[in-house]
Amino acid sequence: MAKVLMKGNEAIGEAAIRAGCKNYFAYPITPQSEVAEYLAKRLPEVSGVFLQGESEVAVGYMIFGAAGCGERVMTTSSSPGISLMSEALSYIAAAQCPAVFVNIMRGGPGLGGILPSQADYFQATKGGGHGDYHLLVFAPDGVQEAVEMTMNAFTLAEKYRGPVMILGDGMIGQMMEPVEFPDNLKSEPSNKDDWATSGMDTRKSNKRNLVRSLFLDPTELNNNNLALKAKYARMKKEEILYEGYNTDGNYKVLIVSYGTMSRVCKTSIDMMKEEGIEIGLLRPRTLFPFPEEAVFKAATKESCKAVISIEMSMGQMVEDVERCVRGQRKVDFYGECGGDIPTPEKIIEVIKELI
Amino acid sequence: MGKTFSKPEALSSNMTHYCPGCTHGIVHRLVAEAIDELGIRGRTVGVAPVGCAVLCYNYFNFDFQEAAHGRAPAMATGIKRVRPDLIVFTYQGDGDLASIGMGEIIHAANRGEKFTTIFINNAIYGMTGGQMAPTTMPGQRATTAPTGRNTDLTGMPIRMANLLKELVTPGYITRQAVLNPKQINKAKKAIKKAFEYQVANKCFSFVEVISTCPTNWGLTPLDALKWAEDTLLPYYELGDYKIPE
Repeated sequence: MAKVLMKGNEAIGEAAIRAGCKNYFAYPITPQSEVAEYLAKRLPEVSGVFLQGESEVAVGYMIFGAAGCGERVMTTSSSPGISLMSEALSYIAAAQCPAVFVNIMRGGPGLGGILPSQADYFQATKGGGHGDYHLLVFAPDGVQEAVEMTMNAFTLAEKYRGPVMILGDGMIGQMMEPVEFPDNLKSEPSNKDDWATSGMDTRKSNKRNLVRSLFLDPTELNNNNLALKAKYARMKKEEILYEGYNTDGNYKVLIVSYGTMSRVCKTSIDMMKEEGIEIGLLRPRTLFPFPEEAVFKAATKESCKAVISIEMSMGQMVEDVERCVRGQRKVDFYGECGGDIPTPEKIIEVIKELI
Repeated sequence: MGKTFSKPEALSSNMTHYCPGCTHGIVHRLVAEAIDELGIRGRTVGVAPVGCAVLCYNYFNFDFQEAAHGRAPAMATGIKRVRPDLIVFTYQGDGDLASIGMGEIIHAANRGEKFTTIFINNAIYGMTGGQMAPTTMPGQRATTAPTGRNTDLTGMPIRMANLLKELVTPGYITRQAVLNPKQINKAKKAIKKAFEYQVANKCFSFVEVISTCPTNWGLTPLDALKWAEDTLLPYYELGDYKIPE
């Protein structure tokens, strides 16, 4: 299939349709409103459902209701909107329903700004809502990967019966890049008859299904949490994705960086290579589960003297990097979080100070 | 002589957790009878609220989802939009619907979502232990209004049916009560009509039901019925507020 030039936000919308998701609920927020605008036009063409909800709070529960019926469903938002949806995310995780949430991050806290940011790392990977739950979190570094991850997200949401998040940023949402769409996804949600409230007639069954998150009996609640825990353990075994860049040679410093920030780091690495300085990059492509062993191995390579986490935040992923390096190397941090993406030159300056 | 009275198929055999004299059980039965009579049990999905009826799915016998506090209309919207062939209803109390869920119910009604809402108005928070609701009457005592509701500080009770009827979007909006057999028969007709509008894919339908909460009102079941007649009904007038063309 030929490549097409598309804006990230629109490509994410198209990817959802090609993944067989015909249900989309959303509330407008910069810098991702183009997803809703694109799907408002596109979904009626495929007899899909488009609805602009009255708030992100309501949209979270529209997603929950639709997901509870076993139908593929997605919403997209940006940081403050995801805060409002986090209540629903907690319920959806507890009730074990598959759904796809896209966060095109902007600066925070509060209203923050509308420029790109990676300041929702904690929110995405450590919870966001209340209770013991995790999202499977993908971090694309461009439009192509955003498309592929969005399409895969539906399959994985169904595999794990839980919410999956695509964690992009304003740059990925707003920029145009050539993109090649993979083949359309065909698979139907599996085993949904066991749990989805699709109507007893639909299932030709006398057994009714419940979608719920209230477990007043302590043993029952503990068992539900153990079931979630087992899913997260399985994700750690089966879903970790990462990329190594310039990690074959003897690098002196290992950068850990993801998304848009990692692309700037790659440019810095190429520029330093011309000067004869070898720097490696470990780019997590899933943020939960985090590539723990890959980070440890890359950080503890003999040539590697220091590790630095570079983020468009004030230092969030660095806590996971420190955890994974287990004190074997010094872990530094560099980050900006106002909306200006650090330049390759700035990264080089920071790295040279480390050497 | 044949069987003249039996438990609706749409009700389960479980004992309810409701207090003696509570009218939830009556309304559950009316909903179940309507569902049986319309033959829609196999394609019905209920949405439970947060409040005393949070466990109402234990007493019905068809698919159910359980919402967060106040969000049932948003969940019902999600269900009905992606599966318009299903019959969807929310069952909500006054704290759930008229306080924390005010935004969701107004917008769902205004979009003309083709689902049904059964709204239990007993002028108090039940499950959390008798706190003041937006529907609590002036001077009525509650655990968070120990000397009675002060309307200077908290405004007047919200009349949901009156509020929703003002929306321009067509809908079926009615207020009923279940304080005596005559009212119960009328409420049954209204609930059935609400589901009929949905089956015909006609409009949003909303049945407010004036109910009792003897426990949190501090009254015997009989006194609670009388208090509701004397105090609630003059303010919450019964009848159809809006009927679709």
